[in-house]
Amino acid sequence: MFGRLSFDYLPHELVTVGGVAAGGVGILLGIAAMFYFKKWTWLWKEWMTSVDPKRIGVMYLVVAALMMLRGLADALMIRAQQATSVGSAHGIVSSDTFQQVFSAHGTIMIFFVAMGLIFGLMNLIVPMQIGARDVAFPFLNSMSFWLYVSGFVLINLSLAIGGFSGAGWLAYPPLSEMQYSPGPGVDYWIWSLQIAGIGSLLSGINFVVTILKMRAPGMTLMKMPIFIWSVLGSLSLIVFAFPILTATLSLLALDRTLGMHFFTANGGGDPMMYVNLIWAWGHPEVYILVLPAFGVFSEVVATFSGKRLFGYTSMVWAIWAIVFLSYSVWLHHFFTMGSGADVNTFFGIMTMIISIPTGVKMFNWIFTMYRGRVRFTVPMLWFMGFVVTFTLGGVAGVLMAIPPADFQFHNSLFLVAHFHTMIVGGVVFGMFAAFNYWFPKFTGFKLNERLGRYSFWCWLVGFLLAFVPLYILGFMGATRRLDHYDPSLGWQGLFIVAGLGVGVICLGVGFQLLQIGVSIWKRNENRDVTGDPWGGRTLEWMTTSPPPEYNYALIPTVTERDEFWALKQRPKKAASAPLEPIIVPNNTAAGVYIGAFAFLFGFGFIWHIVWLIIVGLIGVIYSVLVRLSEDTTEHEISVNEIKKTEAVAAAKRRKLA
Amino acid sequence: MSKHVDEMAIEISHEEVVNAKVTLGFWTYLMTDCVLFASLFATYAVLHGNTFGGPSGKDIFDLPYIFVETMILLVSSFTTGLAMIAARKNNKDQVLTWLIVTGLLGAAFLIMELTEFSHLISDGHSWTVSAFLSSYFTLVGTHGLHILTGLLWLTVLITKLFRQDITSTLMRRLTLFSMFWHFLDVIWVGIFTVVYLMGAL
Repeated sequence: MFGRLSFDYLPHELVTVGGVAAGGVGILLGIAAMFYFKKWTWLWKEWMTSVDPKRIGVMYLVVAALMMLRGLADALMIRAQQATSVGSAHGIVSSDTFQQVFSAHGTIMIFFVAMGLIFGLMNLIVPMQIGARDVAFPFLNSMSFWLYVSGFVLINLSLAIGGFSGAGWLAYPPLSEMQYSPGPGVDYWIWSLQIAGIGSLLSGINFVVTILKMRAPGMTLMKMPIFIWSVLGSLSLIVFAFPILTATLSLLALDRTLGMHFFTANGGGDPMMYVNLIWAWGHPEVYILVLPAFGVFSEVVATFSGKRLFGYTSMVWAIWAIVFLSYSVWLHHFFTMGSGADVNTFFGIMTMIISIPTGVKMFNWIFTMYRGRVRFTVPMLWFMGFVVTFTLGGVAGVLMAIPPADFQFHNSLFLVAHFHTMIVGGVVFGMFAAFNYWFPKFTGFKLNERLGRYSFWCWLVGFLLAFVPLYILGFMGATRRLDHYDPSLGWQGLFIVAGLGVGVICLGVGFQLLQIGVSIWKRNENRDVTGDPWGGRTLEWMTTSPPPEYNYALIPTVTERDEFWALKQRPKKAASAPLEPIIVPNNTAAGVYIGAFAFLFGFGFIWHIVWLIIVGLIGVIYSVLVRLSEDTTEHEISVNEIKKTEAVAAAKRRKLA
Repeated sequence: MSKHVDEMAIEISHEEVVNAKVTLGFWTYLMTDCVLFASLFATYAVLHGNTFGGPSGKDIFDLPYIFVETMILLVSSFTTGLAMIAARKNNKDQVLTWLIVTGLLGAAFLIMELTEFSHLISDGHSWTVSAFLSSYFTLVGTHGLHILTGLLWLTVLITKLFRQDITSTLMRRLTLFSMFWHFLDVIWVGIFTVVYLMGAL
């Protein structure tokens, strides 16, 4: 009836019980608050069933932020363990739990934090920046989000029931096969990623069509903002890389549930096949994450330098060079596989070549600042922090691209330090810059600058403190994922420094939470009534902050690259086209139901509950069919309603001004 | 009167915009599915020699049987094309006829595939025997699963057609279905060549 589910799978270890208890109390408090403030209907009608990309974007950010706190807690545990588990002392958790902690940390940070943040950002910015009112397929967008939530629930549930995978964030076989990992942990890993990954794939398709088909009249490809180009590059990678992930995870699941022999150590299976497949997705994934961040920096640096972006055309070419090259470097993740000097040399050279377009972008950004009137706002600080850290990490990366050197660095903390420099210093800093930059667009007030600066400096200093020791430890021979080492190695001091670094980062996170709190509390001090608080250059700054449901009462016509900037320089024309009724999609609960059934499907697979798999599958198919046979999925906003909305917004602006 | 014409104009252009988006979106989806199959083909190519003491392709493939199966699928693609031509002419009865024929052929293909699978399993050549058989069952089975999805979709389309005329929405869905079905045909040609022909040689 319940497969292999039993009470034995409840958590035993103190740390896990504590985590579950904290999570449980948090959920209960949340539910209690919802009842107390009678907000359930509001939550359901205004948010959960909404298909407005602005709402979906905010929900992505909320889920990603929750996951970031959990991933950070995992990071703290890793640092605490490695700082204390020396000689006769054995740290704060058992080896088994430690394995789960570092596996969960990597999985969560990449799939649920970084991916969540970039999809949130795309939902919020892309339609507005191309002068559109919506995405191409609003319902599909809602469904993608709920599939992501479904994966989010599964991965967190593993903490309470059954434990997570201990096979690392990419679950290499044969360790991740049934023979060596018989518990449900790896299945949790497979199914939470599979379900969230299909959501990402569908989102990828959705946004490709949005950008290619829904741009404002006059916005030719070469007039698109660089952020849109970057996102389009990232989306092309999603569309061509995520199916590989879907296939690879399915093959591992088939090995585990049906006894197949793709990657097993016996039966003719080939574990290295898995490693090749997963990195054929995994390396493009790195660029899926970092390209949107590059796009953010391109917007930020142009706006705050008061200049048009330097080298627009070369930026576009650099993006596409990165997109194509990112498929030809995957083998550098395992030079030690033993594929021979020729193959390793090819991939080593390709890896060095891919740093060239990235270098082009770096110089373009710096030249944009040159002779500009630079304003050192918080987004700009994140940008400059990024220039320093990303260059540092990039140089380390080129060093590791040399196969003989890589044999030394493989699986060492030097590698761990390298990719954290790229992902924290690139992606995360980029997302923080984006958050500070676009926050006023969606709320109508800016974030507190002073607390923003404090958080930036804590993050930058904490980051360097946490990861420079890891570079050194890597040189000293410390491998990754160590749960215990001998004091004679002399590593403990550096591990303690790294731990302090994470402490400083936590202080930065604290300042960020405080920044959001204080900014909301004192929102009248930072009010922006113009819709254009920074002197922006792109279309999204044209409309009001926060924008109406339909973004633009009149779709703008684009004649130049920095259309809004050019518009501000041109003499104002009084005459404008008459308003027309706007067609917007209706809210729908189908996405929520599909996410819920997908969760049951995944849960059934994890615990081998056949009837639950069938229920989940039929539920998903039925929900899709019901949705497709609905006759009216859109409604019209009449000209009068638009005029009313615009008038209310104008009156509010006058009152605040 | 003029207001009415105006509304018509908006209606048509909205419909065209939807069509353009959906078609591009579906093409993009087909490309992603193509990458999924590419991964499975690559896996098969790497693992097809790893028979681990079990049978190789030469031992188990029955080419004449597979040839009949292939012909059935190819003809079903042809009948889908005939259904589309009839739909353009707005001839609902013909559309229904050809769609039902397509469905029957698709079902016949699927039944033949499942028969082949059950023979293999009862002969002791299941997917647990070797990496070759795992990758064989997975590649061919994934295609079969797509055919099953197509049949389900076809059933929904046929039910709709019995109840209503060929509206623009239905026309769009028929077009998407035919794209999907032809795509599966192309994939099958790849499977027939790489798995069966090259395996039986």
